[in-house]
Amino acid sequence: MPAQSKPVLDTVKHAADTPEAAQPWAELGLKEDEYQRIREILGRRPTGAELAMYSVMWSEHCSYKSSKVHLRQFGEKAPTSDALLVGIGENAGVVDVGQGYAVTFKVESHNHPSYVEPYQGAATGVGGIVRDILAMGARPIGVMDPLRFGAADHPDTRRVLPGVVAGIGGYGNCLGLPNIGGEVVFDPCYQGNPLVNALCVGVMRHEDIHLAKAAGAGNKVILYGARTGGDGIGGVSVLASETFDSGGPAKRPAVQVGDPFQEKLLIECTLEIFAERLVTGIQDLGGAGLSCATSELASAGSGGMRVELDAVPLRDSSLSPEEILMSESQERMCAVVEPGKVDRFLEICAKWDVIATVIGEVTEGDRLEIYWHGEQVVDVPPRTVAHEGPVYERPYARPTWQDALQADDPARLARPADAAELRAQVLRLVGSPNQADVSWITDQYDRYVLGNTVLAQPEDSGMLRIDEETNLGVALATDGNGRYAKLDPYTGAQLALVEAYRNVAAGGAKPLAVTDCLNFGSPEDPAVMWQFAEATRGLADACLALGLPVTGGNVSLYNQTGETAIHPTPVVGVLGVIDDVTRRTPMAFRTEGQLLYLLGETHEEFGGSAWTDVIHGHLGGLPPRVDLERERLLGEILIAASRDGMIDAAHDLSDGGLIQAVVESCLRGGKGARLVVPEGLSPFTFLLSESTARAVVALPRGEEVRFTDMCAARGLPATRIGVVDGAAVEVQGQFSLPLDELREAHERRGPALSGGAPRPRAGGRRPPGTGGAAADVLADGSPHGPRRPVPSADRTRHQGLVS
Amino acid sequence: MARVVVDVMLKPEILDPQGQAVQRALPRLGFEGITDVRQGKRFELDLAGPVDEAAIARIREIAGTFLANTVIEDFEVRVEELADAPGAATGSAGDNAAEEGAVR
Repeated sequence: MPAQSKPVLDTVKHAADTPEAAQPWAELGLKEDEYQRIREILGRRPTGAELAMYSVMWSEHCSYKSSKVHLRQFGEKAPTSDALLVGIGENAGVVDVGQGYAVTFKVESHNHPSYVEPYQGAATGVGGIVRDILAMGARPIGVMDPLRFGAADHPDTRRVLPGVVAGIGGYGNCLGLPNIGGEVVFDPCYQGNPLVNALCVGVMRHEDIHLAKAAGAGNKVILYGARTGGDGIGGVSVLASETFDSGGPAKRPAVQVGDPFQEKLLIECTLEIFAERLVTGIQDLGGAGLSCATSELASAGSGGMRVELDAVPLRDSSLSPEEILMSESQERMCAVVEPGKVDRFLEICAKWDVIATVIGEVTEGDRLEIYWHGEQVVDVPPRTVAHEGPVYERPYARPTWQDALQADDPARLARPADAAELRAQVLRLVGSPNQADVSWITDQYDRYVLGNTVLAQPEDSGMLRIDEETNLGVALATDGNGRYAKLDPYTGAQLALVEAYRNVAAGGAKPLAVTDCLNFGSPEDPAVMWQFAEATRGLADACLALGLPVTGGNVSLYNQTGETAIHPTPVVGVLGVIDDVTRRTPMAFRTEGQLLYLLGETHEEFGGSAWTDVIHGHLGGLPPRVDLERERLLGEILIAASRDGMIDAAHDLSDGGLIQAVVESCLRGGKGARLVVPEGLSPFTFLLSESTARAVVALPRGEEVRFTDMCAARGLPATRIGVVDGAAVEVQGQFSLPLDELREAHERRGPALSGGAPRPRAGGRRPPGTGGAAADVLADGSPHGPRRPVPSADRTRHQGLVS
Repeated sequence: MARVVVDVMLKPEILDPQGQAVQRALPRLGFEGITDVRQGKRFELDLAGPVDEAAIARIREIAGTFLANTVIEDFEVRVEELADAPGAATGSAGDNAAEEGAVR
């Protein structure tokens, strides 16, 4: 059939003999100078297979050619950190969390595939990031998904959102990984450009870290996992059709379909292989498939590798060599194994029902050679494919509209005239799509599977226990506010970082490291490139100031429709560590009579705020100021208060301001609050300003003196603003909002999103989750009042619940 | 009353994890010689009115927008005669113009 019937195989020799043959480099996304450079590197025209490899590896997605010059700052400005075991450049960074444990985590984008086919795009996004973590030698223990969609009532959102959510849930739930958080943001700028980012965290012992490299001539290259099919090679079919088959082959789809059960086998199989120390190097197959895995493995080793493509197990025998090299079939890994260990390796794969095939070996020399039907179709220096792609210093310029945007200060907007209007606006805000409860989405994910989830959505951070004896745990939060970043990308990126930092600290965990997913428009637009340059500079500066290394991440460009780019959306994930998860601080106000303190200072800061968006549809002015030293201090206070059992609840203040945080904590705990407007602040500013470096905490009266003394001694403003009380949120002298009314507004979702009849919610505020009531108790925190070190009886029960 | 059948299959290039699971199970159960399994969906739509061109067009619209995900699936629409005698319907697959080619 097809493969054999192709007239001429484009071998290396054939390419040398036919230097003038036309090649579809432009269709494959290469620029003319890039194509010429490939010819210079090889000293001849590339074969079809080589052209396929270069084109995909030199694509923006794989080569970071536009972003590289800016991303270097994350290395150059990296703070000295004892915690960093493996830095940028590997599949994912690795952080020391103590007790001999190392944690690896990373966030990636799967935006475009999720736009094309929401379910499979989002599902394979989860699968891809999980394999990245696995390739470092870690057992994946949790995932998170920061999501951005168009306006909540827009048809595009209705098309994309249900599939994305179902895909994340379907893949993650089948895999048995808890989904512990993330974000859901709606904004018209994401119509046609949804952002589907996926984060995975994994844990291992220090000695188990694995790096991707192929050293040692004679070592075997083993491809294992799913068979290779025609997934995700839409672009390369151009090559097949124009070079070989003018009859026009079946157009290969760009869609990859995931199989979580295969991935589960791959995880267990790989971890067993690691445990027996059978691999020299390992690499997951993601974007660019075998092209990427072979060239990166070879490049990270001594350079030489020979691969027999005929050995690759295929799902579709009609695939051409180019297509096999490009295929993005999911659930595959590539390992380099010493010859003496191959048999045992294959044995373990067979046990897990995972197909494994020796497809080649590491060779002397420095060429990556690939053969098909006995003929050489690729002969390249792998570094030129994997690491020495083009690097662009794209021109960038502050957009002409930036000044006007920043000058459009929200001070001109009409504020509520009286208490009744303020009340109505607060109600509108807490029920608006971006401020409302998203549990109707997150409840579709399993957040308790594996039994180590301590905190999950809607808490500030997701927290996982990693040692059942010592209760060592990690916390993760992701944040990103495209509206802030649009007003000022430098500050906007820092705001994303400090919000995630604050979220982690609010739970009682010490922030350690950062991962980022930088979602922007086209780098060929100087205005977008300026946003990117500013955002990376801002993020690198802030990470340096806070002492947090960026351990890795991902850049997603070309998120735009026509001339209109999305808001610059740097999504930042912060990882923190907590010595004892039983001392975490949840967000719920649960105990009447406890005092509410506002930590930090409130200024009149409304640029980019939720209030301007929801009430006025306005975006202008400057985002809130960033004070990194104050953020660090606030974090230290929150962590100390959690460790010493001074506070019972903490919630970070971000979009929506104080009232949003108080409403969330009240609804979560089922208790009301009475608030007093502090002197010197208008009720409006007090409730709705989005000044940063703030949190609200609830503490038992007995802890008040100790807590306020600590804040005073450290110089952190702490203002008593009220008390947990009643069944309403009451702002003295202003208004009272019964919890029932707030819940109705906060938990109602718009008709466009409900996709039919609203799901009945039996009696309680949360529907019975998959984790059951027991897990809920754990996630909510101990129901026994002050969270001191858990008494032994309670501790026993606590462990029983989660083990 | 008439019945229209819509068969939905994953496109040939698309991975079919369910079909693969079935294929892997076959040898375990002693069924040898099956080299590939693809699993699809069959919808039976009973019509109130006549099966005319307009009705078929309507069903193709339903299939293309709702029953099948045309990004990854193909579908076929055909009419099945609901005769009194059981079995009469089975032979009618190719009998009239309602046999539709795969929609790309």
